[in-house]
Amino acid sequence: MASVALTHLDPASRAAARGWSDLTIRNLFIIPTLVFLIVFNIFPLIYSLGYSFTNFAANRSEPWQFVGLQNYRELLSDDHIWSNFVITAKYVIVSVAGQMIVGFGLALLLNRSFPMKGLITTLLLLPMMMSAAVVGLFWQLLYSPSWGPINYVFGLGDFAWLSNPDSALYAVAITDIWMWSPFVMLLSLAGLSAVPQHLYEAAAIDRASWWYTFTRITLPLVSPILLIALIFRTMEAFKTFDIAYTMTTQPTAELIAIRLYKQAFQQWDTGKSCALAYIVLIMVLAITNLYVKYLNKVKER
Amino acid sequence: MRKIVTSVIAGIGLALACGTSVRAQDKELTIFWAEWDPANYLQELVNDYTAETGVKVTVQTTPWPDFQTKAFTEFNAHGDAYDMVVGDSQWLGAGSTQGHYVDLTDFFNQHKLGDVMAPATIKYYAEYPGGSGKYWAIPLEGDAIGWSYRKDWFEDPKEKEAFKAKYGYDLDIPKTYAQLRDIAEFFHRPDQKRYGVAIYTDNSYDAMAMGVESAIFSYGGDLGDYATYKVDGITNSKEAAAGLDMYKELYKYTPPGWGKTFFVEDNQAITGGLAAMSMNFFAFFPPLVNKATNPFADATGFFANPAGPDGKRFAALGGQGISIVSYSKNKDEAMKFLEWFIKDETQKKWAELGGYTCSQAVLKSEAFQNATPYNKAFYDTMFMVKDFWATPEYAEVLDQLNQNIYPFVVGGKGTAQEALDKTAADWKATFTKYNRYK
Repeated sequence: MASVALTHLDPASRAAARGWSDLTIRNLFIIPTLVFLIVFNIFPLIYSLGYSFTNFAANRSEPWQFVGLQNYRELLSDDHIWSNFVITAKYVIVSVAGQMIVGFGLALLLNRSFPMKGLITTLLLLPMMMSAAVVGLFWQLLYSPSWGPINYVFGLGDFAWLSNPDSALYAVAITDIWMWSPFVMLLSLAGLSAVPQHLYEAAAIDRASWWYTFTRITLPLVSPILLIALIFRTMEAFKTFDIAYTMTTQPTAELIAIRLYKQAFQQWDTGKSCALAYIVLIMVLAITNLYVKYLNKVKER
Repeated sequence: MRKIVTSVIAGIGLALACGTSVRAQDKELTIFWAEWDPANYLQELVNDYTAETGVKVTVQTTPWPDFQTKAFTEFNAHGDAYDMVVGDSQWLGAGSTQGHYVDLTDFFNQHKLGDVMAPATIKYYAEYPGGSGKYWAIPLEGDAIGWSYRKDWFEDPKEKEAFKAKYGYDLDIPKTYAQLRDIAEFFHRPDQKRYGVAIYTDNSYDAMAMGVESAIFSYGGDLGDYATYKVDGITNSKEAAAGLDMYKELYKYTPPGWGKTFFVEDNQAITGGLAAMSMNFFAFFPPLVNKATNPFADATGFFANPAGPDGKRFAALGGQGISIVSYSKNKDEAMKFLEWFIKDETQKKWAELGGYTCSQAVLKSEAFQNATPYNKAFYDTMFMVKDFWATPEYAEVLDQLNQNIYPFVVGGKGTAQEALDKTAADWKATFTKYNRYK
């Protein structure tokens, strides 16, 4: 019924009375979105691609020159930038893996009926609804070696999570896990509740073990939606800026997005930062593509 | 439907028309500054101007870490959101050469500001390039690095005795960095949750650089020759390395987790009873003498930056001058405001409100020097200040310094000499890129 209503204009409707056709209405809805997309997304994207081949600097009035691939060459041979990429990779692996494990684990625990399930689920979702800057500032206080509750609870004395060059990155990753595990949990919960109950019943009749049921029924049926969560979280983790920026200034925790921000808006090296943004974009696209290929394979099964 | 659309558009148009006509009638000036107490004092001061002339002046602020970014985003877009900006001294190069600031040389000479304001403030807040006689700002808020300390700890007879027994001289305000280090070591007692010293370590803008350069300058080092851009052998001289080593040494005696600290944390070190001594800009000292914000207000003293081993004594310059933004639509009105601002009465009122005037007459007056426990130290400091690079590419230069010295000071990687050698090499490459060696 619903699809019929969408493809054919009801002759008795007010739109039809004004002489609007299906096409007019379709355009009315699509064109603003398209214009918005082109003006704010596609145009800057192409424009910045052009800038990435120049030595343009937004804070200087001198004319810029076309420098070819020089920006890309310089960036890819810069040790600092590579160390930023290594830091980002470590961060993505730790925080995304953590979120998947904690998030999926929570979903398994919640996927049954118990009293106050709704309330508990809602409370667990709260971290994800907070502003990242607020989360960063609060965790900075939680980690504080002088009065932070984390060191007090775990008896770590005055261990300086964020000032220690070796632990700063992981401290930020833990915060990210805390904030975004609920997202993975929410998606997993949706996937888990969609698994047909009769499969479990059949397995129970066959006296299948818990592990066998989990690996042969639960995991395969939930994996497409888990992969979607993985794609989203990887992309997001790759471009993390806010949490890390508010929490620490350790060079050992300087993610690629922070380097990019410094290059673009503190040093105003616009051309070079456009090039760096493109390198990051290509990397994210490549990783996402791998996932999507795998996702399609999983779906075919 | 068409009627509704037409009336909505007409309504928007009407609103816009009214808006612009109101603006044209009541003159308004906007000053952009960072979010801190002096900006509130300035708002109080300019309210007088509004009362006198009917021109509404608003001081708009933004938190320190965003200050530079936000101001330059507006400049680069040639935006007219701000008529005047109270900009950092390092911005002069970019502000003047890129056409963001209005040239105030005539205004300067006409009002003989060279004789009115303290010499260091003119050299660093107003003139660019150095020695050119071209002026781009009026010194507004003088500021420099100074120190606060716990008088009660220093004056405790038992502590004095123990200190003398250990170091062989009397415990008093440190005259040299070596003494500062000894005192920091002496009071560093982590088991009692008491620590020696609080210093700047935040590397997201210029905080750590200001702390480090104070030590480097006092040890007889320099960051480079600002006129010729020569850095080899200056930036990485033995003296400079010794200064940086001392800073790293002081980091040992800081409270735990002291890896991203600026003015807030350094004041907390005193108000929280954590540290014996704390580095900070003078502009952040007012809360320390206020009992409501510092429980140890009565026991807090102040001193000027100590000397290096050869008796040389310098402090990093903070503070800002006020410039007219060249994209402003109210430049004439802004000029009139500046004329009011440099009057002696205005400067006196500015100092009374808590602003750090740069006016020589006010600075030298007894009334100013005795007004607060730290004004005398401020007066002494303003005649021994040195500043960071002010070239248009200073942000890049600052970032390179941060990248090289932070891992050494906080991370304990490498040596001071290596960190400064790397800095000199990076700076040389940057200055070469901008054709500074002609």
